[in-house]
Amino acid sequence: MTGRASSDATPTPRAATLGPSWSPPRLVEPTWARWLLALGIIGYLYLALNSVDVNWTRVAEGLVRAGRLFEGFLSPNFTARWDDIQQGMIESLTMTVTATVAGVILAVPFGLGAARNIAPWWLYSFCRGVIAIARALQDIIVAIFFVAMFGFGPFAGFLTLTVSTIGFLSKLLADDIEEIAPNQVEAIRATGAGFWQVIDYAVASQVIPRLVGLTAYKVDINFRESSVIGIVGAGGIGATLNTALDRYEFDNAAAILLIIIAIVLACEYGSGWIRKRFA
Amino acid sequence: MLRIEALTKRYRTGDAALNGVSLTIGSGEIIGLIGPSGAGKSTLIRCVNRLVEPTSGKIWLGGTEVTAARGAELRRFRRRMGMIFQEFALVERLTVMENVLSGRLGYTGFWASWFRRFAKGDIHAAIALLTRVGLIDHIDKRADALSGGQRQRVGIARALAQKPELLLVDEPTASLDPKTSRSIMRLLTELCAERRLAAIVNIHDVALARQFLPRIVGLNAGRIVYDGPADGLTAEVLTTIYGEEDWAASAARDDQDDQDDDQPRAGTGDAVRQVAKIEAAE
Repeated sequence: MTGRASSDATPTPRAATLGPSWSPPRLVEPTWARWLLALGIIGYLYLALNSVDVNWTRVAEGLVRAGRLFEGFLSPNFTARWDDIQQGMIESLTMTVTATVAGVILAVPFGLGAARNIAPWWLYSFCRGVIAIARALQDIIVAIFFVAMFGFGPFAGFLTLTVSTIGFLSKLLADDIEEIAPNQVEAIRATGAGFWQVIDYAVASQVIPRLVGLTAYKVDINFRESSVIGIVGAGGIGATLNTALDRYEFDNAAAILLIIIAIVLACEYGSGWIRKRFA
Repeated sequence: MLRIEALTKRYRTGDAALNGVSLTIGSGEIIGLIGPSGAGKSTLIRCVNRLVEPTSGKIWLGGTEVTAARGAELRRFRRRMGMIFQEFALVERLTVMENVLSGRLGYTGFWASWFRRFAKGDIHAAIALLTRVGLIDHIDKRADALSGGQRQRVGIARALAQKPELLLVDEPTASLDPKTSRSIMRLLTELCAERRLAAIVNIHDVALARQFLPRIVGLNAGRIVYDGPADGLTAEVLTTIYGEEDWAASAARDDQDDQDDDQPRAGTGDAVRQVAKIEAAE
């Protein structure tokens, strides 16, 4: 703003002959300050990079191991530990499906309660608080808690993914509900409909396509998460993968990773199809 | 049948949208409510069905006081008043038939409405209404697949499905082209006459109001400044309602050019935002 004002006040000779000149307003105004800022950033990067201690022998060792991992990928071994892999997969898929279903069932009431345009303030604050807590804790930390409480195994994983689904879906659902077209709500209220009828006709009909899409997306995320939280002991394919890596059985690990990738791809296409159908 | 007494509405921002409005409407009487943007037209009809809570004043519908009603009683009042909106306000993702049947929600239990099991009589009536407004071929189309004029016909059918005694009509033609506007106004006035419905029609198109509505009420800055026959809308009267303007010239032009609408409509937005909150108390 100030830039435009000052150039108006003192037109350059060029502007006088060619008409008024214009350049976009700058974020940082005086030219010297811009240069100083750029030099500062470059200097900081230089110093920061110098302070990183790189141990080249360890990098070399790591590269060798990376090479073996890569070799393992070229010859994945599905058969050697097939029973473990199968059991881990079934656990992971069970965790994913049950946790998503439980999460959606719990996320809907929290989502409704956390939408400012339909909930009274006390319910709104309570539900937003619960959502904030569910979202604040990273899944792995939640998994560690549940493993400590309920022991190793898929039950801890199921609880972790349920909490994570509640945090994810209820927040996005609440935000969606807050952005629905108010005139549709007004019209249904004007017919003399009761509160839950208004929710069904005017609110649900506007947010359900998004809810279905987000749920399909969350199935996909939950499956990937289920393989991560297995590493901290919450069961599923992650535990199997962790064992394989600990024993340097890279061919088995590669087989597991390939199966995970295949399932994630299948989820991806599946959720895309579902979203298209419900649009 | 509808009596409004000293109605005042002051929004939280401090603006007085309505300032002591008193108005009586006989049964079967249809009135046009005209006035500049922000004069309080939208607020007035939304106070009648309490989508907007009046600050003070009283409203009676057929001898009982609407302004005292709460909860289920208020919903019973709302069933008796059908509302038609400027932007149609159809539930876009529901079918035409579901939209019309949503006019019966006040008479239908929650689970019946959840499973879309409306009473046989309601379904017959809805089909009859859709036939009457000329949309029987579109019964299972989604509302967002229709054109503007068709949507407003669905909106009218939804309001009439309530079997109301009174219609509250908020700028029914403001989103429509001139020809469709006329056919919608014709349909509305015909239906009101057929069913002996009273109606309050907010309208900013003076030419259209004159053509279709026998009694006109002029609102300016929250006060009634004119209440009389449409013939009485002289240049002088229009000046008291809208302010200074060369009315002879614009009246002549109005007939060809209904789209002459370059004023922002601020008042409606406020009212809509206000009612966007569904009080959980209900």
